[in-house]
Amino acid sequence: MTAHKSLVIRVYFTLALAVFPLLTFAQEHSEAENAEEEFNATDMIMHHIGDSHGWHFFGEGDNSFTLPLPVILYTDNGLVTFMSSEFHHDTEGHHVVEKDGMRFVNLHEDIYRLDAGAESVEFDAEHHPVNASKPWDLSITKNVAAMFLTVILMVLFFVIGLARHHKKSEKAPKGFNNVLETLVLFVRDEIAIPQIGEKKYMKFMPFLLTVFFFIWITNLMGLLPGAANVTGNIAVTVSLGLFTLALILINGNKDYWKHTLWMPGIPTWVKPILAIVEGAGVFIKPIALMIRLFANITAGHIIILSLIGLIFILESAGVAGISVPFALFITVLELLVAFLQAFIFTILSALFIGMAVEEHEHH
Amino acid sequence: MDLITPEFGLFFWQTIVFLVLLFLMAKFAWKPILNSVRNREQSINDALASAEKARKEMQNLKSDNEQLMKEARAERDAILKEARELKEKTIADASEEAKAKAEKIVADAKRSIELEKQSAMAELKNHVAELSVEIAEKVVRKELSSKKEQHQMIEKMIGEAKLN
Repeated sequence: MTAHKSLVIRVYFTLALAVFPLLTFAQEHSEAENAEEEFNATDMIMHHIGDSHGWHFFGEGDNSFTLPLPVILYTDNGLVTFMSSEFHHDTEGHHVVEKDGMRFVNLHEDIYRLDAGAESVEFDAEHHPVNASKPWDLSITKNVAAMFLTVILMVLFFVIGLARHHKKSEKAPKGFNNVLETLVLFVRDEIAIPQIGEKKYMKFMPFLLTVFFFIWITNLMGLLPGAANVTGNIAVTVSLGLFTLALILINGNKDYWKHTLWMPGIPTWVKPILAIVEGAGVFIKPIALMIRLFANITAGHIIILSLIGLIFILESAGVAGISVPFALFITVLELLVAFLQAFIFTILSALFIGMAVEEHEHH
Repeated sequence: MDLITPEFGLFFWQTIVFLVLLFLMAKFAWKPILNSVRNREQSINDALASAEKARKEMQNLKSDNEQLMKEARAERDAILKEARELKEKTIADASEEAKAKAEKIVADAKRSIELEKQSAMAELKNHVAELSVEIAEKVVRKELSSKKEQHQMIEKMIGEAKLN
């Protein structure tokens, strides 16, 4: 009976997961209709998978429910900070914020600083601003805020949860802690030890565990309605990929560099060619990591958003009958992809590190 | 904000956040968790090893016991066998001795009976001889009571003697 009940709740929850974004767009769309604007699926999708300076949940314009986030800009005159709510949900560059004698506008979530003396932003034929420039934007954007959430969750789960249990007793933990420990052991026994080897894996465990849980939890959070698309952002994956690259470059041993730059056991004339290929490979490997994670997560979001967007493109509520089940299906699939991508990123990082620290037998 | 152009701000924060997270997790989560798990695995392995050792010891004890039992049983069997043999030998010796004794007794008896018999026979012969003599005396006395008869007798005897 309870099992049945919990199943029903789960189904409702999953349905809500798929339908909630739909409600959000429905509201946006009705607003757009009032303004007699065409529904633009590309804009809608780009808006949802992109980063923004405020955390928008629902509603449009001044009626919307948006969590204001701090905007931090580094200009020639030093740091400037203000809340994103000061733009009043404007992303078209109309609303000018004055701070420390400088004027700023939000143009499609890029913050521009108007040149001295300019009152409003002016565009050229390609819709590029002509009288404004971009300062260094270090704002706590929606993605950064979501990242903080992941950090908080990980500290809750592992530091306050699992590690506290382990400090108290060495017995196997129960309940959720046991699930977490199983996952930690999964990373150790299925990823680190097979790829890096019994002797050296321990050194890389902190990185592998952190990157695995960071990606997985962030991926799952990204599937929640109204959540940010953190791991589907190229800046995030570039940063993560560079960590792997740094570990390879720092820990690569003599054998690794020898096999990369002057491969033993092949004719000398092949060696320079192979050195170019292998040398490029050193960088291509982490670049592939960056692109794979970004593309997979973004693609998943785009598919779901496109299926929902179909309803508005075809302007028929009937399409929802097909779109929503499809979107639901993709969402469930994304739950799997969320784990899979975290797993792939971690196991490939471990593999590359393992190759860099491997002790070759000398022939 | 472009899809495939990394933004510096987000990159910056991701790097900082990840480094801080890495430090926090490594120091306060992964280290204690992994150490504790390793200790637990070590203690499980130790426990398993000692259980295996105890099992082997038990087995050794058991086989020792069995060996002892087997030896004891063999010893008991040997003792019993010896006893049985001794008993049989004793019985056999005794019966043989008795038989010999009995035979000797019988033989002695037979011999004495024979002797008795012989002496009795001799005595009897003597008696018969005496009796015969007496009888002959009496007969002779009676027959030779008349002169005629005496003559006849003498003549008969002389006649026989002549023939010789």
